[in-house]
Amino acid sequence: MTEMLDRPMREAPGVQTEALVELRQLVVDYAIPGRRVRAVDHVDLTIHAGEIVGLAGESGCGKTTTGNAILQILREPAQVTSGQILFQGEDLVGLSREQLRRFRWRNVSMVFQSAMNSLNPVMRVGDQFVDMMQAHERISKREALQQAGELLRMVGIDPERTRSYSHELSGGMRQRVIIAMALALKPELVIMDEPTTALDVVVQREILQQIDALKRELDFAVLFITHDLSLLLEFADRVAIMYAGEIVESAPAAELYRAPQHPYTVGLMGSFPPLTGPIERMVGIPGSPPDLSDPPTGCRFHPRCPHCRPEDEPLYVRQVADRPVLKPVGPDHLVACHLVEDNQ
Amino acid sequence: MTTALEVNGLTKHFSTGGARLFAGKRKVHAVDDVTFSLRPGTITALVGESGSGKSTVARVLARLHDPTAGSIVFEGHDATKSEILRYRSQVQMIFQDPFGSLNPVKTVAHHIERPLLIHKIVPRKQVGERVHELLKTVGLVPPEHIARKYPHELSGGQRQRVAIARALAVEPRVILADEPTSMLDVSIRIGILNLMLALKEDRELAFLYVTHDLASARYVADEMLVMYAGQIVEQGPTEEVLQNPLHPYTRLLLSSVPDPRAGLRLEDVSARRSHHSGVDPVAGCRFVERCPLAISVCRERTPELVEARPAQRARCHVTAPAPEVLHV
Repeated sequence: MTEMLDRPMREAPGVQTEALVELRQLVVDYAIPGRRVRAVDHVDLTIHAGEIVGLAGESGCGKTTTGNAILQILREPAQVTSGQILFQGEDLVGLSREQLRRFRWRNVSMVFQSAMNSLNPVMRVGDQFVDMMQAHERISKREALQQAGELLRMVGIDPERTRSYSHELSGGMRQRVIIAMALALKPELVIMDEPTTALDVVVQREILQQIDALKRELDFAVLFITHDLSLLLEFADRVAIMYAGEIVESAPAAELYRAPQHPYTVGLMGSFPPLTGPIERMVGIPGSPPDLSDPPTGCRFHPRCPHCRPEDEPLYVRQVADRPVLKPVGPDHLVACHLVEDNQ
Repeated sequence: MTTALEVNGLTKHFSTGGARLFAGKRKVHAVDDVTFSLRPGTITALVGESGSGKSTVARVLARLHDPTAGSIVFEGHDATKSEILRYRSQVQMIFQDPFGSLNPVKTVAHHIERPLLIHKIVPRKQVGERVHELLKTVGLVPPEHIARKYPHELSGGQRQRVAIARALAVEPRVILADEPTSMLDVSIRIGILNLMLALKEDRELAFLYVTHDLASARYVADEMLVMYAGQIVEQGPTEEVLQNPLHPYTRLLLSSVPDPRAGLRLEDVSARRSHHSGVDPVAGCRFVERCPLAISVCRERTPELVEARPAQRARCHVTAPAPEVLHV
């Protein structure tokens, strides 16, 4: 495992910078008649200024709902049941529509997976920049268009493209346009929800490199939501792993890669075949994620956990009865697992 | 060695444009002169970006499109001329989207019974039993329970297993799998890949595994074909192609795969963009605009597939020069 220690480490932010966004015991429920689906269950998550935080997990684990909650764009029947979403110390839960309107784009913006669908097909790209910018600040059309061109140039697109319609752009270019737009008002945080999942690996890498370069220039923080853990381990400063609505492990990316603790994290990592080195038969994670309207008792991962065996009597009883809580196992490394508690 | 399916000079052009009435139609060379063979008990990966033509190859082989030129030889017969029902029972396709490929108002059992009945694989009385056997083969247990379910009651991975069971029902020799795992959760993907490996070994099936995921291709495939803008640009044993790639495009693909071991690699691959669309190609290498190794001949002559290392061929004037060029 020595090769991994040679990995160029990013400076660990969070020590010197203060929290930009803090989720405190956030609970989001989908109130469907007759049952309640708890998509986000008492989640604590901190994003520091200028940091790339990755949020990974399988579909339905609550990662997108968490992102939507920060932007306060949850739609019925989803709602924040309890907890706080602090942005620079101010709670976003309960803000008025007008307050939120001013907050979005300017403080936090979002890039969705399907860029193809978030651009207006009958408006020129530049006019969409103008619309968005004029909704937030006093700016002439000419000036807005000029800024739009500049933003496009920053994401590697010819500024002339402000005159294009979205169908004239490739998928990768459209995704870059959306990223440029998300950065237009210089927000402190950009939430990126699977921004490269629909794209090819080559285009994906180009876009990640661009985000990295832009981040150095404009110094924004990123919440990067994806199911692709291998991508996050390479790209993010810190990674939080979500399972069935809960964060089960979080750590600096290099630390998580070097020493994953939660059996779910280990399983996720074991789901990516390697491109180099020996090929061994892999197992992935047996079973599928639980139904959140009726989650398992105790540790939610216990039905799929390779370390949960009735023979290990005292441990087993706790695994099926008690919910593990996040405990520190190292600097900035938290894990919610009975096994880890035992080892300490 | 015997082959299950032989593809010779396969070409598929699509007409495009034609917005102006008398302007000649432009042609997209989706697949251009593609030659390879699938062998029993072997998984052949076909990799490339979207738009490279890899799915079109699978679709032409499944006889969903007619080829513009070239031949598909199955068991010594030209498949484009032989009886389609027989061919389709021997060459089965699995699609990317397990949500779209199953009928939402029919049970799992129905989906697997139909091919058994249409192709008269087993006597009617044994159909139920065979359905259960097939479900067990693809790891859907208990079969009695699964057989009664509807697609919406199954997870994505389970649906893809049903699609595989349905493909296996007619006892095919060849399976064309078009991105069978790309819509599934990462934790589920390995299970499907392991199933393909087990089927290849137990049933001597020949697989064509179409994917853009090089790591999964390495995990399952014995042979690899790399496609770019409709052409095969590199082919050979998987390990050779991935550990010692000849074609600059294969190298570009490899360097783009996320790899936490490497850290974020910021060398600029973006400077050379402009993907070849395959519309009305002219002479010369189709990768030339993106190629870091391009020399003048690359713009003048289309490179041939040349065996530059044993069993490893590439279409590149620089890394796999044709013998006669050497003597010029």
